[in-house]
Amino acid sequence: MANIARIARRTFLIGAGAVAAGLAVGTYLYKREGANPLLKNLPDGAATLNPYVRIDASGITLITPRADKGQGAYSVQAALIAEELDLAWGEFKVDPGPPDNVYYNGALMGEIVFPIAATSDSFIARTARGMGDVMGKMLNLQLTGGSSTVPDAFDKLRVAGAVARQMLLAAAAQQTGVAVAQLKTADGHVLTPDGKRIPYTALAAAAGKLKAPSEVTLKPASEWRLLGKPLRRLDIVPKSTGTAVYGIDLRMPDMVYATVRTNPRRDGGMKRFDAKKAEAAKGVLKVVAINGGVGVIANNTWRAFQAANLLEIEWGPAPYPASSEAMFKQGSESFTAERQDSRHKDEGNVEAALKAADPKNVLQAEYRVPYLAHAPLEPMNAVVLLKDGRLDIWTGTQIPGFAVIGAAAVAGLSEDKVHMHVQIMGGSFGRRLEDDYLRQAVELAKVHQGVPIKMTWTREEDMTHDYPRPIVMSRARGLVGAGQVQAYDLSVAAASVGVSQMGRQNIPTPGPDLTIVAGAWDQPFAIPNYRVTGYRMPAMVPVSSWRSVGASANGFLHDCFLDELILAAGADPLAERIRLCSHEPSRRVLKAVGELSGWGTPLPKGRGRGVAFTLSFGVPTAEVVEVTATPKGIRIDKAFVVAEVGQVLDPVNIEAQMTGGMIWGLSHAMMSELTYADGAPEQTNFHNYPSIRMVQVPQIVAKALQNTGVGHIKGIGEPPVPPAAPALANAIFAATGQRIRELPLRKHIEFV
Amino acid sequence: MKLTVNGKDHVLDIEPEMPLLWVLRDELGITGPKFGCGMAQCGACTVHVNGTAVRSCSIPVGTVQGPVTTIEGIGRPDALHAVQRAWIDHQVAQCGYCQSGQMMTAAAFLASEPNPSDEQIDQAMSGNLCRCGTYPRIRLAVKAAAAHLKGA
Repeated sequence: MANIARIARRTFLIGAGAVAAGLAVGTYLYKREGANPLLKNLPDGAATLNPYVRIDASGITLITPRADKGQGAYSVQAALIAEELDLAWGEFKVDPGPPDNVYYNGALMGEIVFPIAATSDSFIARTARGMGDVMGKMLNLQLTGGSSTVPDAFDKLRVAGAVARQMLLAAAAQQTGVAVAQLKTADGHVLTPDGKRIPYTALAAAAGKLKAPSEVTLKPASEWRLLGKPLRRLDIVPKSTGTAVYGIDLRMPDMVYATVRTNPRRDGGMKRFDAKKAEAAKGVLKVVAINGGVGVIANNTWRAFQAANLLEIEWGPAPYPASSEAMFKQGSESFTAERQDSRHKDEGNVEAALKAADPKNVLQAEYRVPYLAHAPLEPMNAVVLLKDGRLDIWTGTQIPGFAVIGAAAVAGLSEDKVHMHVQIMGGSFGRRLEDDYLRQAVELAKVHQGVPIKMTWTREEDMTHDYPRPIVMSRARGLVGAGQVQAYDLSVAAASVGVSQMGRQNIPTPGPDLTIVAGAWDQPFAIPNYRVTGYRMPAMVPVSSWRSVGASANGFLHDCFLDELILAAGADPLAERIRLCSHEPSRRVLKAVGELSGWGTPLPKGRGRGVAFTLSFGVPTAEVVEVTATPKGIRIDKAFVVAEVGQVLDPVNIEAQMTGGMIWGLSHAMMSELTYADGAPEQTNFHNYPSIRMVQVPQIVAKALQNTGVGHIKGIGEPPVPPAAPALANAIFAATGQRIRELPLRKHIEFV
Repeated sequence: MKLTVNGKDHVLDIEPEMPLLWVLRDELGITGPKFGCGMAQCGACTVHVNGTAVRSCSIPVGTVQGPVTTIEGIGRPDALHAVQRAWIDHQVAQCGYCQSGQMMTAAAFLASEPNPSDEQIDQAMSGNLCRCGTYPRIRLAVKAAAAHLKGA
């Protein structure tokens, strides 16, 4: 069967530029470059038609390289391929595939690197997004994040399915003598006019010998069988029966179990440790020093945890201010010319407008938000096996390519000796964009070779060793007059997530950090005098991307003060946002959330509605929250979320992402924060880092709009998060008259 | 030490203070119950002992009196429990990591309260955390499972 592998050594990559050029005529050209990584370990009897389709006698495997951390990425990627390949839903396997440059993310960088407003469709905007595609490729950016899976995959994976289908049709034509034009496909078979059904599996070997077509025509949306229809997630049965296997569940012969302890003052290092008691504990095989801490290898995870509790360790001090108070002081000193990072929005003349104004019409306020842990329910873990100069890794990761580079460096191996097997994740919310836990596991593998090691963090290790969402502060000024908002000057200060996160992967991030002002600088409001300035706090606690990143904080900072201005002007919160809105799709989102929520219908005393809007990741999203001020505290009664995504691919899953994203935003706004004392987080587990529970969850109605069409298709994993906190805070003001300018809200008000 | 799990008897040579969760996961290879917090805060480890929902992460195996049932024991993909069926029909799971515990809490609750009110459902399910925010669908699925169990 070597013949198949040789002849099938076709290369395949879709250039985004070429695809875009084909959009107008409905025909997709693609260029081929880069090798198909599936050929490297192609078993006998198997064929691959391109990097996304592998077929053998037992069936068809679709490669879904974006990681699934619960957002349904595997299902939507498979649906894109299966739609064009004409597969029956679920009659195939999915596999995340190997880390490889061919799977680079072309949609991410264009959105986060250049200050191009998502509302802009200009030539420069499109060019910048195209440059982002090139950057993604050059950086070998196989990354799941930035709500980019769908916009990145929408054309690529449909083309991959269509190309594979064409090759299978051509093989069937050769075999049967029937012209391709007379053949049809359905449910993984080629159908001949005389009623024969030839399975793809029987055609794959022959198809692999054929030249791939240089252009394919994609189905119009009106002919879709799968996309746009309610789909059953591929993982729903395993996840509903306890049979889904996460990284933490893996079992292998001779496997041993491990945990680690490192300094909760991150990067503070270890001065000394005494392992005598731990080494004597039941089941312990080895106690070893690792970078900045200690690892315990045992014959059971719990025994490793118990032994780790017996370690006597002296930690070094934190290399950053030791308390939350000191860190916020650093933040409050960051609104200076020296620390100015960006001013991408500067319309009208804010300074002149404020100077000329009657002081009684000028508002000022300061807002702040805390550090937040990702705290996915599956604590960080990895299984590693170092044997005979080969390292195998089984773990959930959003960055398989970077993780291999990091693991190879720790192991002292070349990258081709490292084999990554990406696992499904029990949540992530951005946590697994980091690979610190994996590097620790590889350190253990170096000193305990030949058997698989499952390294699991305790919840306490997970909570106190996150790379959290940074603290953010804002200072805002504004002017109202004639019943309208006349000026809005927002200054936002935060440490750079980009520098911290990318720095750990040795990727330089020069210039301003767009995440400092994300969700604030590019909001589609035509306020006559409107300015947004970013200031860079010094690096303190190392930080990372937390579901919706910069917009997670800035949605609150930007929208709540806008709400203050609108109310000071005497205007209706929804009507004035709609009047100010300069972007038609965003205006429709605001109007839709008003209709959905019954905005304007009277509420009894003690109840209130709040509306908020954030455009993030290219998705205009508006939310309304309705609360009651009960004698015991605030109760959230109802919630509504509307977003414009261009095209819904799965109505069932998008509802889950929209309601789940809003609940995530509400939960942290209500009750969550990481505070620091003596350089370490004071929160250690879910008893002091609480999360919303069923009794507090309101009824939520979600509606996805598709007015902008398939050409503007967007991802929905993050955009519902940013407006949740301001919608809730604005509702609390409406119900109580109490304006809360700090998260979590429970520092100032009770919730029931 | 003897332990009966999902109808199967096991003889274990193990320290009695080891939490039931780790006996199930690391000694018996039963990985449906999940480790989330280790202090009975999240409910991902929920199993039944004698039909009662308990947090297996916080129960020393030596104190377990009676048969243990895990998510694997109440139903299988080809023979679903009514709760599992409802979880599938409503597509509850996102990451799915908490859902074994959610379903075990729901199954024990519905066995003791076949006609639950909305408030009772909210109270009964509030010991289980879901970081993805699948709560609205959990609510619907518990109601659907209750209806199904009553009809059955």
